[in-house]
Amino acid sequence: MSQASPPPILSVAPTRALMDEAIRVRVDNLPPGAPVTLRCLHHSEDKDYWEAYGHYISDPTGAVSVADDVSVGGTYRGKEIMGLLWSMRPVPGSRTGLRLRKRNVCTPMLFTISVYGGHVSHDFSSRRPLAEELTERWYMAPGVRRLELKDRGVRGTLFIPSGPGPFPGLLDMWGGGGGLLEYRSALLASHGYVSLALEYFAPGELASTDLELKYFEAAFELIKQHPAVVADKVGIFGLSLGGIVAIHMTAESTVVKPACCICISGSHLYLRNQPLWNIHQPMLESGRKVHMDEEQNVIWRDISLPISSDLSRKTDVRRINCPLLLVIGQDDQNHPAAQYAEDMERMMRSVGKEHLLTRLEYPDAGHLIEPPYSPHFRATNFMWDYKKAKVTMLWGGQTKCHSDAQEDSWKKMLAFLRQHLYSPHLPKARM
Amino acid sequence: MWRQQRSVHLSVRPSRGLVDEKVAILVQSAPPGARITLCAFHRCEDRHGWEAFAHYLTDAAGSLNVSRDPSLGGTYSGVEQMGLFWSIRPVPGSHPGLRLRKKNVQTPMEFTISVYQDHFTDFTDQVPLASQTVERWYMAPGVLRTPIKDHELTATLFLPTGPGPFPAILDLWGGGGQLVEYRAALLASHGFATLALDYMTPKITVETGKMVDNTYFERAFTFLQQHPGVLAERVAMLGLSFGVCVTLKMAAYSHVVKPRCAVCISGSHVQPVDGTMADILSYFDRNGHKIQLNDENQAILRNLLLPIPTDPAFKVDVGRVQCPLLVVAGEDDQNWPAAESAQDMKEMMERAGNAHLLTVLSYPNAGHLLEPPYSPHTRASSFRSVGSREKITALWGGHCAAHSLAQEDAWKKTLDFLRHHLYS
Repeated sequence: MSQASPPPILSVAPTRALMDEAIRVRVDNLPPGAPVTLRCLHHSEDKDYWEAYGHYISDPTGAVSVADDVSVGGTYRGKEIMGLLWSMRPVPGSRTGLRLRKRNVCTPMLFTISVYGGHVSHDFSSRRPLAEELTERWYMAPGVRRLELKDRGVRGTLFIPSGPGPFPGLLDMWGGGGGLLEYRSALLASHGYVSLALEYFAPGELASTDLELKYFEAAFELIKQHPAVVADKVGIFGLSLGGIVAIHMTAESTVVKPACCICISGSHLYLRNQPLWNIHQPMLESGRKVHMDEEQNVIWRDISLPISSDLSRKTDVRRINCPLLLVIGQDDQNHPAAQYAEDMERMMRSVGKEHLLTRLEYPDAGHLIEPPYSPHFRATNFMWDYKKAKVTMLWGGQTKCHSDAQEDSWKKMLAFLRQHLYSPHLPKARM
Repeated sequence: MWRQQRSVHLSVRPSRGLVDEKVAILVQSAPPGARITLCAFHRCEDRHGWEAFAHYLTDAAGSLNVSRDPSLGGTYSGVEQMGLFWSIRPVPGSHPGLRLRKKNVQTPMEFTISVYQDHFTDFTDQVPLASQTVERWYMAPGVLRTPIKDHELTATLFLPTGPGPFPAILDLWGGGGQLVEYRAALLASHGFATLALDYMTPKITVETGKMVDNTYFERAFTFLQQHPGVLAERVAMLGLSFGVCVTLKMAAYSHVVKPRCAVCISGSHVQPVDGTMADILSYFDRNGHKIQLNDENQAILRNLLLPIPTDPAFKVDVGRVQCPLLVVAGEDDQNWPAAESAQDMKEMMERAGNAHLLTVLSYPNAGHLLEPPYSPHTRASSFRSVGSREKITALWGGHCAAHSLAQEDAWKKTLDFLRHHLYS
């Protein structure tokens, strides 16, 4: 019998986590001072491979602890507890312009975490790992219920938290890419909110969609009237175009009165008396404002500038009567959210309502501010009109800063929701 | 009533964990200084209800943190992060003599953690303010479970994730028999290829009526050694109760079984040395008159082996053991004289000069059934030993809080011991 030596001990805890939970990764039983590589691999639903890796050196006891030690190379550097997740990107040789988004939220994302001897940066598949662990990451907590909805013309998926309820509710809207993405709503339900992931146009059909505010108001009412929902504790949550819709509904709907509103990478841009798709009309009018960078990525940020001074082209945020949280990446290359936020604050201050507004602005964060530990997508394939060619859209952001922004903003968004949808109304001091 | 005015926010993290992982329970958005009750409920595979509860007061911010705040009463008291798990017991009105043991390790145990307004102890017809489902697993993702079909063994092998090869453990339960997998699944989740072995009621005994002899264990041990996923020189034995009889006999006398280290929980070295399993069971039968019944008609079996014999024919010569030995004993064990046996083993090994191999963990007020941490404490339950024909209520002993602490500490030290001797 061969005298094989025992492998290092790789441990990942918890082994099954929610997507916004941190994990502790450690390796024991290495030789002291040994260079090793920790790698995280994911095989997506779209059949692409995503990876992240860090280069470590074991301590005198032969241990590596990702929470305590420093990565000296790889897709992330420094002491980064969750670097193996947020720094993931498609493996070399993959298709370009990819974005990682889970479609089926009823199953977990599986990640294989491996230890390799030495500092490895490529050709992982041709090497044998020393040890490996599988970890599951879920968007849905146990007991959360998922209901497909097609009611009164509203299309979407409703997620209901476990427990007797009733619960506060959220209308959850994504942006100009269209389709039905459920994962953020599933995660919000896992935090105690009945959340409706709303589909408001099919991918590539924004230009041809005939969509009015009535559709979104009907969706909001559906949530409000649901037996599991506390009717006066329903908020609106939107990113990008979804954020633009959220702000408009919050300020100007005569039908819906949200208890609070979160807008990520969006603004009070709005073209009155026009269908929703005309948001992009300025782009058609002033094609010269669409830029491209050296890599042929399309930059849309300037098409919405300058900010109009008249109300025909923006939502009247002076009419907002509930708390509003803005989350903004200062390196947003798709939408000038930071500049619009300045204008919003100016407008709200003019009527003494600036106390309702909270702005979270993150340097070097881009447009796609997703739940924490999601990889950063600086530029991805995007189709806004199926009649036209796909482009590669520049979203912006530098990976490390963008990931920090995702982590920080998510925590603050959850605290904001808990404060306004769970606690009783407390009178706030006027500053 | 403040219920109608607000919703209380409950968070239990992680919502999916291994059974030996801790959870953090947080209640927020309740009124400050409010009386609340936390309750855990589990419906086991046999459909019995199990519950635990604790009374708390929220702080000035209307929050409760179970890791920080004391329970003022209930099935546990004081600051106990995992109290809602280890203090569960059958709901009032349940069948007496129940024991909680997971049979299917490929699915999780589901617990419902709930918050109720006010302090009370009866939950019938009460509606909680909030509740959350939590999954507790014996098997980590990626662990491979393989029922063993040949080699004439009744066993299940659990292999950790990864390329291996791994150190291994032969895992033995006690006199109740059956193929019990959960501890083996958990050990595999910690990096050990583990074989759960049924030796009391294996297929071969059921078919022939004959108990297995010592070659059965040698075959099981060799099977592990020869498995391609196993490091042949790093195979340990872990036994509880009757499983300790087997473990010590093999470690001391077998020419085939040479464990790298051994863990003996709640057992004894007292047995007819030259005997097979059937002989050991007869030895217990002959001492049957020493069984006592307490006021509740629960059987105390510990005296079957007391006093510890001086005749070397009736105790394993632990002076012959050549591998590190971890002995775990509950001092309130009413089923086996584990603490007295541990003491006698220590004296024997000191005389023989191999006491440096021995570590004894002896826990005051802990009973016989020292299970993985956060498992409920069973002080007495229905039991039918393979040796006897009748069903009794066996008194296992132990007092809940102390027993639970012992389980938590012993498990940690057992894992450290196994890692140290099998991985280093």
